[in-house]
Amino acid sequence: MKITTTSLASIAHARSGDKGNHANIAILAYTDAGFRWMQEHLTAEVVQRYFASLNPSRVVRYEAANVRGFNFVLYDVLAGGASRSLRVDTQGKTLGLALLHMEIQPGPDWKFMWGRKRRRTDE
Amino acid sequence: MTRQSVRIGNGCGFLGDNLDAPILLAKDGRLDYLTLDYLAELTMSILALQKQRSSSAAIALGMPQTGFAKDFLDVLERLTPILREQPSLKIVTNAGGVNPAGCAEAAKVILYGAGLENRTIRTVTGDDLMPILDHLISQGHALANMETGEPLSSVRERVVSANAYLGAKPIADALKLGASIVITGRVADASLTVGPAAHEFGWAWDDWYRLSSGTVAGHLIECGAQVTGGLWCNWQEAPDLANVGYPIVEIEPSGLFRVTKPPNTGGRVNRETVAEQLLYEVGDPAAYLTPDVSADFTSVSLTEKETDVVEVSAARGRPATDSYKVSIAYRDGFTASGTLVVFGADANIKALKCGEIILDRVKRAGWNLEHTNIERLGAGDCMPGVAPALDIPKEWLTGITEHGVYSRAHLHEVVLRVSVRDSRKAATERFTKEFAPLVTSGPPGITGYTTGRPQVREVFAYWPALINKKLISPQVQIH
Repeated sequence: MKITTTSLASIAHARSGDKGNHANIAILAYTDAGFRWMQEHLTAEVVQRYFASLNPSRVVRYEAANVRGFNFVLYDVLAGGASRSLRVDTQGKTLGLALLHMEIQPGPDWKFMWGRKRRRTDE
Repeated sequence: MTRQSVRIGNGCGFLGDNLDAPILLAKDGRLDYLTLDYLAELTMSILALQKQRSSSAAIALGMPQTGFAKDFLDVLERLTPILREQPSLKIVTNAGGVNPAGCAEAAKVILYGAGLENRTIRTVTGDDLMPILDHLISQGHALANMETGEPLSSVRERVVSANAYLGAKPIADALKLGASIVITGRVADASLTVGPAAHEFGWAWDDWYRLSSGTVAGHLIECGAQVTGGLWCNWQEAPDLANVGYPIVEIEPSGLFRVTKPPNTGGRVNRETVAEQLLYEVGDPAAYLTPDVSADFTSVSLTEKETDVVEVSAARGRPATDSYKVSIAYRDGFTASGTLVVFGADANIKALKCGEIILDRVKRAGWNLEHTNIERLGAGDCMPGVAPALDIPKEWLTGITEHGVYSRAHLHEVVLRVSVRDSRKAATERFTKEFAPLVTSGPPGITGYTTGRPQVREVFAYWPALINKKLISPQVQIH
């Protein structure tokens, strides 16, 4: 059975919040293998492209290896931020979950990356 | 002799948080300190306006003062039996808002009423820059917006509040002077925890590693239940969230600490909940700046010691910067937002049309609104372009009678949300009057209009700036 596509949620968990008109998404791998996969594949460019429709002016990635995590800061992504934004999610609360639904192809090492959410989509 | 550890619990993460949490935490948490954080970024502007509106005449008539977090008084009232049972329990809170003295006086009345007049209250002030704002600007301190570089003078006449984030030292000073309750204005959230720890252990104010450890501890508990199961991605594994326990940190003199919660409460404290909160609303995790230190959040390791106990190793840190962050709020027009439920197979198309009709009617009434947004919640607009839009096959839209393609399977609903922002209050008010008419003069299947006209709210925009620490003098006062 060849595993092809899964979501980031099978290898990581996340939390997001706001800083004025900017948002941050912390994404934390369940395993070392998952962390290494994210280190290589979950770049700032990939995240910026994923959220392109929200028009982040730039995305910066910080590493927090102690929690197998990366912190993404998405600049100018909240349409004005807490008081000014006309969007329902003025504070970026939903961004973390949205990122976890990104489709990924982690390759044969996926079995070493699973968290508890084992949503297999075997062929 | 220095104590082995100090237990600090945070029973409130923001103004509006659970009112029972501080009581339960103080009762069962075996706390040395109860902290209560009431101030989000823009809370100060709301409190500042309250204070402005309560006239001196009202105060003379004995009406309560305003400008502070009134929730704290309700909490304090309910805490008095516990304070009697636990004479050494201390409270550290930023409930003072823009009026710490008023808050302290009201708190004092409660303490006296409960026979606790032996407990002293001290306030920490000096954060409020409003009295010296013009002086600062005239002296060449631009208080430039950290995002845009614009000088504050460009919005000066619209500023309603300006507060420097003070640090832990004045809190520790107040405790050293014997305060049982410390009420501050704006201080850095984490400093509410660093202050007590530094006081208890005599940490030096250039002991960057220990101040950093205290800052990590404070950061982890400042949002209340967010570290004990709230927001956790695997929340289904957190038992009994209805009875979620609020967080406690048990800090040792070295800076090492354990995160936990009271026994017999719901929620969970584990590596995942702590790791998620560690990076919550953080920029560079290796340089988390507070008035006390530049803390390195990447330097700590998390270990699950037992169920609901996570040990966090002592952290590294670097010297604090020479400036305080200043949080400024200024008036920026008016906003309103209304919702209607739109039902039917073509709900998302119909909802968009309804939103356009509302805005069109406001325009015909003579108001060209400056900022508008139409959202269809349930159809992917919470995150437009990322979540998939609700897909409606074209043939469904050609009418019931024409093709007869509608079936029960096609029925769904979306919430139409229309929001506007405008510098003119009248324009925003006009907008709020266009929801009700749509129920009778728009397409069929519109409902959910039971909450009355949307409220017009004043917008306070956020203006972050920096100010040199030398220009600010934090003060501790007894009440």
